[in-house]
Amino acid sequence: MKQSALRRIITTDLPVLLIVLFAMAPFAWMILTSLTPTAVLSATGVSLSPLGWSLDNYVRLIEQTSFLKNMLDSLIIAAGTVVVGLIVSVTAAYAFSRFRFPGRKLLMLQFLLINMFPIVLLILPLFVLMRRFNILDTHFGLILANATVAIPFAVWMLTSYIGAIPKSLDEAAMTDGCSRLSALRKIVLPLTMPGIISTGIYIFITAWNEYLYALTLGGRNVRPVTVAIQTLIGEYQIEWGLLAAGAVVGAMPATILFLLVQRRLIGGLTQGAVKG
Amino acid sequence: MSRSNPSPVERRTLFSWHSERLLPYWLLAPAVVVTVVIVFMPMAQAVFTSFYDLILFRPNASKFVGFGNYVKLFNDPVFWTALWNTIIWIGLTVPLQMGLGLVAALLLNREFPWRGLARALIIIPWALPSVVIALMWRWIYDPNTGVLNDILIYLSIVQSAVPWLADPKVAIYAIIATLTWQGFPFFAVMILAGLQGIPRSQYEAASIDGASTWRQFVHITLPGIAPVLATAGLLRVIWVANSMDVIFVMTGGGPGYATHTLPLYAFVKARQNLDFGYGTAIAVTFTILLGAFVVLYLSRTMREVER
Repeated sequence: MKQSALRRIITTDLPVLLIVLFAMAPFAWMILTSLTPTAVLSATGVSLSPLGWSLDNYVRLIEQTSFLKNMLDSLIIAAGTVVVGLIVSVTAAYAFSRFRFPGRKLLMLQFLLINMFPIVLLILPLFVLMRRFNILDTHFGLILANATVAIPFAVWMLTSYIGAIPKSLDEAAMTDGCSRLSALRKIVLPLTMPGIISTGIYIFITAWNEYLYALTLGGRNVRPVTVAIQTLIGEYQIEWGLLAAGAVVGAMPATILFLLVQRRLIGGLTQGAVKG
Repeated sequence: MSRSNPSPVERRTLFSWHSERLLPYWLLAPAVVVTVVIVFMPMAQAVFTSFYDLILFRPNASKFVGFGNYVKLFNDPVFWTALWNTIIWIGLTVPLQMGLGLVAALLLNREFPWRGLARALIIIPWALPSVVIALMWRWIYDPNTGVLNDILIYLSIVQSAVPWLADPKVAIYAIIATLTWQGFPFFAVMILAGLQGIPRSQYEAASIDGASTWRQFVHITLPGIAPVLATAGLLRVIWVANSMDVIFVMTGGGPGYATHTLPLYAFVKARQNLDFGYGTAIAVTFTILLGAFVVLYLSRTMREVER
């Protein structure tokens, strides 16, 4: 018995530990860097002992840079993308999963294809278009840009979630006198809620982490954290301590959300791929 | 929805035979309209722009040049460098991510007490913003104060500090290593889901027949996860091909053109030189190449998987 436990530790626990360390080490290193005061960092390098740690970099980050305002920008954009993405996708997904109509396959294919388009192909014309309509460097513009990724993704996820709910349920509601739309609102929406929430969270994380659109279509008035972190390099000479603090704070919301919902999220994401 | 609260009479007419047939189109309209406006119109515009000589700050000087930009592209040595880099970039990153993901998934599929925790922690790289990842690794790779050189010198693997991102021969591989790190959790999670779909009875039957672990892996595990590998592999090829943000932040495409990939080249052209005509021509070419690859891949793997 004891020997089999030892065997398990050598063949399973240790290798897993190695992979977990590999996955976590860079970010852990970033956290250590952010906790080391700049003077110490340039003199003796990253401090490994808790005695050398301080929140100095975080204090400077909040006091001397506009990081909190940048966080707010990111929050508005990510939340806005979730709202836009979900609202237009829920009804579309309902249509795909409940109706058979001419053009259905083609329209579904369209949403799949959009997922594949290189962002660089869209970013340049979007810049030109948004400049013409004067929505460059606004929250609205960046929400629209992020929706290019969010909508096709949400349509596909929600179609599979709604497809998993038995048709007979909304048909029963309709024989009881509900219209299609109220059957959608009263029966399908509540049952799909877990799926809608995970899709929303995934959109939020993606929009929060998005960088190229934010850099190109925003940047001055509206500066999400991903862009702000990088400007920490430019505004000062490379100050790795401050930069690391910005990176840790900027990555926190998405990472925490992700850890909270990872089980369900991954269930939803892998479902489709494993099936087909 | 514009038609909230219709009276019962109205409702009956709205949802008569005709409207019931139109209803799916109404339901789809918002999503379709929005995607047409923010995806298909810009795309059409991109194709259109690629036939023009358009420098952004001189919009009046723009003129139609037909396939001029594409001819220029064909004769542009940087284009060929970038194309080659893109091939290396995809050709190394995706298999490395897949290999490491497979190992991680096989390990996570075993029974051990802290399995749930390990699974959650392994995914962390996937949740981090790519800017953070790029800056983090720049810090690790830093030639003077980076921890990687410190460790390698301490272990006497290298004699002197390696300028990971400043050496044109090494830079692209250093970035590939970073992207491998970022992307392997995705494969691990996908493959793990595939592994859990393989019935345990198959392994039991095989071990009764005396099949070795390796033979079980080759004849049960691999065929079992082949569809997942095919799907996840394709998704990753598209994603890795497009992901230029990590390269952009780590090296900006340099030193020289050593880490330029096609999308990055298009982006840099448009962003720094404001040469939108040429930039979009590169982007369109890249999209066509990627699309061709996807079609080829789909037609081949579908046949393989079905066999």
